[in-house]
Amino acid sequence: MLEIDLSMVNWARAQFALTAMYHWIFVPLTLGLSFLCAFFESIYVRTGNKEWRDITKFWMTLFGINFAIGVATGIILEFEFGTNWSNYSWMVGDIFGAPLAIEGLFAFFLEATFFAVMFFGWNRVSKRFHLFSTWMVALGSNLSAIWILVANGWMQNPVGMVFNPGTARFEMQSFFEVVFNPVAVSKFVHTSSSGFLFASLFVLAISCWYLIKKRHIQMAKKSIVVASVFGLFSSSYVALTGDTSAYEVAQKQPMKLAAIEGLYTGETKAPIVAAGILNPDKKPGDNQDPFLVKVEIPYLLSLLANHSIDSFVPGIDDLVYGNEKEGIEGVAPKIIKGKKAINALAFFKQARQENNNQKAKLALAKFKENQKYLGYGYLDKPEEAIPPVAIPYYAFHIMVALGTFFPFLFAVFLFYALKDSLAQKRWLLFIGLISGFLGFIASQAGWVVAEVGRQPWAIYGLLPVKVATTNLAVENVQITFFMFLGLFTLLLIAEIKIMLKQISIGPEEGS
Amino acid sequence: MISSLDYATLQQLWWIICSIVCALFLFLNFVQGGQTLLWEVAKTDLEKSLVITSLGRKWEMPFTTLVLFGGALFAAFPKFYATSFGGAYWVWMLILFSFIIQAVSYEYRKKENNFLGATVYELFLFINGSVGILLIGAAVGTFYTGSNFTLDLYNRVTWNYTLMGINLRGLEAAFSLFNLSLGLFLLFNARVLGALYLLNNIDLSSTPDLESRLRKGAWHSFLIALPFLLYILISILFMEGFNVDQAGRVSLVPFKYLLNLLAMPHLLVLLLAGIVLVIYGVLSSTFKKSNKGIWFCGLGTVFTGLVILSLPAFNNTPFYPSKLDLQSSLTIYNASSSMYTLTVMTYVAIGIPFVLAYVVYVWKLMDSKKLTPEEVIHEESY
Ligand code: HDD
Ligand code: HEM
Ligand code: HEM
Repeated sequence: MLEIDLSMVNWARAQFALTAMYHWIFVPLTLGLSFLCAFFESIYVRTGNKEWRDITKFWMTLFGINFAIGVATGIILEFEFGTNWSNYSWMVGDIFGAPLAIEGLFAFFLEATFFAVMFFGWNRVSKRFHLFSTWMVALGSNLSAIWILVANGWMQNPVGMVFNPGTARFEMQSFFEVVFNPVAVSKFVHTSSSGFLFASLFVLAISCWYLIKKRHIQMAKKSIVVASVFGLFSSSYVALTGDTSAYEVAQKQPMKLAAIEGLYTGETKAPIVAAGILNPDKKPGDNQDPFLVKVEIPYLLSLLANHSIDSFVPGIDDLVYGNEKEGIEGVAPKIIKGKKAINALAFFKQARQENNNQKAKLALAKFKENQKYLGYGYLDKPEEAIPPVAIPYYAFHIMVALGTFFPFLFAVFLFYALKDSLAQKRWLLFIGLISGFLGFIASQAGWVVAEVGRQPWAIYGLLPVKVATTNLAVENVQITFFMFLGLFTLLLIAEIKIMLKQISIGPEEGS
Repeated sequence: MISSLDYATLQQLWWIICSIVCALFLFLNFVQGGQTLLWEVAKTDLEKSLVITSLGRKWEMPFTTLVLFGGALFAAFPKFYATSFGGAYWVWMLILFSFIIQAVSYEYRKKENNFLGATVYELFLFINGSVGILLIGAAVGTFYTGSNFTLDLYNRVTWNYTLMGINLRGLEAAFSLFNLSLGLFLLFNARVLGALYLLNNIDLSSTPDLESRLRKGAWHSFLIALPFLLYILISILFMEGFNVDQAGRVSLVPFKYLLNLLAMPHLLVLLLAGIVLVIYGVLSSTFKKSNKGIWFCGLGTVFTGLVILSLPAFNNTPFYPSKLDLQSSLTIYNASSSMYTLTVMTYVAIGIPFVLAYVVYVWKLMDSKKLTPEEVIHEESY
């Protein structure tokens, strides 16, 4: 068996989390702002009104500032799978590499090529071709979301592949199963629309600031109308697809669902916790109440998780220790079977080296019996299968609370914008201003739910994070961690300063 | 049709595709080369703006090609992706760093309140163009000189090269004269390409000083690149190389790459054509004051790049050899994805010509007019 340096694993996780969370500051804005720019420019091309051109150019400038750092933080992620998760890359590269390659070829080139036209083409290509380019940038960035989320969806719910004992890795069996993985689909629709939502909030917040400062009033009002319409649609869609995501989680990752709901003992007609404070002393399997205080809505969890009030929603204890009545197998027997699979695989490898066909065949048969549990074989005790509970729990509740709030926010803005009385509603403008930041929080929270709730698995149920790493001395990862932290923070500060400066300069009017 | 290809053909095809992507990347490194020329050729603010804006319209191209190269290797040769990136950790990390700092520099350099100041962003561009390319060259050099890794039964990589008790994880690649020469050759070749690109892309009629400095820059860089190129070529002809025999055992064989060249004469032709094209491109720019040199040099670089990557991969040669444990060496046959995945990816690759087509179309459309000082002053610029 291999030796695992757990501190190294945790540094590698921290590094991935750091780089991914930085990337995710900028990416949702790219996803949404690219479309908003395309809307603004379409209005300009339709109406021929120069004011809309100035609006377009202004938001494009902000888009460009954001895009550059989004790209800078993205390249590292792509290679980090190899540098820090090389065992992972080898074990699942046959499946996981494909979406990344396709993303590069079809999405990033589209973005990169038309990005140059969008910024420098105003006087070099026709108006129509310029508009076309802006749409292509929007299309490209959202295509890239599709492919990376296919990759991520596959980690959450591995489908369309088999384990090949000969090569000791997972190999793809059906490309279409991988692409149309229900988790990938629900991830894409939820994530891309959350990007649209965040970008709408961003435009809204900056426009509110102009209205508060009584500057660029026409431009701000126009931007608010477009952003509110887009935001209303996308926030409703986010809530809808969030519900689908939760359903998929319940079906495919019951442990994650139990964690985000703080549910230890499963029930039928399960209520949902609308808000509550977790009991920090609660341990799996003990008899303490998981909550210090909570507000519940009856039946809703059963309904949400399985679309039926009478359905049973398993809790953490059921999943870890088993629940015979509901036919749930605990983790302990899975670990035993997993260890059998690992041993059989080792025997098989050895037999093949010795060219002993008889022995190889026997070992293979034994492996096949238990291979479903291979990943569990790497766990040392059943409790290891439980993700952290508090982080995903609070992150989820923050996200959902904000997700319920945003559609109302946009509706109110749209209402007053159409009545043209926004400028008088200063309290509303301040709420709008703050909401930009809230969008960012919700967006980060979403990924924390998805990724922390996935622990301890890199590939759900198949490959624990601790076996996915590269054989590296921990110092290497510590150094790169701090290098990234330092560099990205520096660049982030630069980005924010430039962004604020551009906002305070505002659009060039009537040029 | 694709589904009737056999496994070995697919594996070879995918190595060729990856090589093409890498060769195109080496051509697009004119952006990186141009970045290292900035302080040398541009003395006034206007000249700087012209150079940076001209390069800035293309910076995404090499960047994205590098990303695609990584993705293609991941999908087609996952064992290489895992072994090399995980093993030679520090080389790749430093390369990536140099690209991270590049990505923001164009956009932020001239913006007000940019926190670090224009000079730092220019320095970032310089580092990307110099250190970045040098290390990429050193990494490619290990395809010939080998690396210090072993793979266990489960293909987990262990890297072992210590200097004063520190495991260098790939940085030792830069200690080899061959690898270093390859890196320096690529670096100065990129500078040649950069100068020629700028000559072609900018309307230099009102900045004659910039023009003459660019021509001089191309010529000087070429003169510096030449000895490194010669050294690499001579080494390749004479060096001992890695060979896989019928039974799959890897051993060291004298004159291996010379034998490969002779066994694959089309590579020899490609290499000679590449070198001639590069030389013609430089000479015509320097002595005939042509502005089309970039196309000759560019094509020549692509040809040369293709040879550099094909030579150590075909004809029973492991492309990622291990010095520590010859039998851990990677060949395109033992490092590739499954047949199924390669087949799927080959269908995907049908899209490559379309992508290339629109890239070329947009490039032509955008570059049909040369970049003028007026444009840099009055319109969007970096
Ligand atoms: C502006 C951002 C935003 C908002 C307001 C919401 N979400 Fe969300 N959510 C995301 C942004 C996001 C995200 C960042 O896009 C995530 C991370 C991973 C993913 O697939 O999408 C996510 C993940 C995510 C997951 C986990 C998916 C997984 O683990 O695979 C669930 C269950 C929900 N969301 C559910 C909801 C619900 C019920 C919402 C209520 C209205 C909601 N989200 C609002
Ligand atoms: C850009 C949005 C993303 C954010 C903000 C994000 C966030 C995180 C966080 C917080 C962790 C740490 C979890 C923990 O260790 O407790 C993590 C880990 C990880 N994520 Fe993500 N993630 C994102 C997208 C992705 C995608 C698209 C993939 C795969 C295609 C991915 C793959 C991983 C891997 C491999 C790890 C390390 C192993 C692990 O700890 O599970 N992430 N991410
Ligand atoms: C861990 C997984 C991820 C990896 C490996 C990754 C990789 C990359 C890379 C290499 C780039 C630079 C592309 C270029 O050359 O232009 C990039 C940019 C981008 N990525 Fe990611 N990415 C990840 C997560 C995500 C997620 C979750 C999304 C969207 C849902 C996303 C969307 C984008 C977009 C839209 C860009 C364009 C530039 C920008 O960020 O502003 N990425 N990514």
